[in-house]
Amino acid sequence: MEYIDAHAHMISRTADDYEAMALTGCIAVCEPAFEHAWHRQSIGGFLDYFRRLTDAEPRRAARFGIRHFAWLCLSPRRAEDRELALAIVARIPRFLERPNVLGIGETGLYRGTRNELETFRDHVDLAIDHDQLLLVRTPQLEAKLRGTRLIVETLASDGRVIPERVLIDHVEEHTIGMVLQQGFWAGITLHPHATASPQRAIDMIERFGPDRICVASGCDGGPSTATAVAHFALAMRRRGHPDTLIRRIVYENPAAFLGQSPRFQIGHPPDRKPRRRPADRHDEASEPVAAGHGG
Amino acid sequence: MTVSALPPPRTPRQLLDDDFLENRGRVLELAAFLDRLDRAAAGAPTRDFRLLALQRALRSLATDPYPRVDAIHAILSDPGTGPVEPGRQTATGAVAPEPEEAP
Repeated sequence: MEYIDAHAHMISRTADDYEAMALTGCIAVCEPAFEHAWHRQSIGGFLDYFRRLTDAEPRRAARFGIRHFAWLCLSPRRAEDRELALAIVARIPRFLERPNVLGIGETGLYRGTRNELETFRDHVDLAIDHDQLLLVRTPQLEAKLRGTRLIVETLASDGRVIPERVLIDHVEEHTIGMVLQQGFWAGITLHPHATASPQRAIDMIERFGPDRICVASGCDGGPSTATAVAHFALAMRRRGHPDTLIRRIVYENPAAFLGQSPRFQIGHPPDRKPRRRPADRHDEASEPVAAGHGG
Repeated sequence: MTVSALPPPRTPRQLLDDDFLENRGRVLELAAFLDRLDRAAAGAPTRDFRLLALQRALRSLATDPYPRVDAIHAILSDPGTGPVEPGRQTATGAVAPEPEEAP
């Protein structure tokens, strides 16, 4: 069955993972900007990362017939550093016209401090100012309930935010209700320890219904499974759910949310050719790099 | 009240046929983990906040009605509202005591 992995950190994965995803029916991956296990040491490091997400990674995915899309932001893990946040937010707009960029994400909260909240608001402003979709991550584990409340309250009280253009990710049983109730999309990532197993994801869909819910692998450099969406689809089938419902969750729902971006085009095979234009190369080369910014 | 937006496609018997063994294994894993902690503690009671939260969750599991998963989340979640202080420890999986409350 064809599926879209709406949240996968593919720069942390191997070519074998791309191949396994393609073999199990993956036709598109969406890669949010994040930071894992290593803090980038300079603003130039972030810009280089954004170039990789919007240039090299789409071509790597295309070798396996998979379309690659990206979300851009400063990861909430670094959002405590307001100086860094303002510097990165100011530089994101130049990347928003890249052909695979879907919007701003995964912004949100890590611990849920005041500075993180200010940085989150900066990203919301950025999305609204540039008419972009928003992908919002919620804190992990014991911090999830409090952080999700804070995120939902912040977005719901901002009259400029259109809920159906926002996906709030990493929901669990205790947070999915408040997300859906406010009209946002809810993302379930299949990290058994940190978020949800395929079985719990199916339980949530049975309890809350299939509307405005997307399921993604959330695969990254930590313990995770690149083909988790395919495992989820198999678990749904084993539980007796019809293929029409499974396809709705793994393909139609993400296509409906992501399709609000004009750049989300999955109707024809991906282009393997380099996408950089001479003007882009000049712009990137002229970018001043503030070496030594440790965040 | 077991409200469900979608009709459950499996009967209880079918679910047990499919998933009993997996969950039987999980209960034994949990029991073995608690025994392992006891051996490591060598008779001295462990007061770690994570273990205390796990013990509360197990009591809830045995006594609370549907939806049990919501009750367990409530035990393992920070119930506060608003922003947290910058130095606060997170991602432990249970609510750590404030520094002044720590034993």
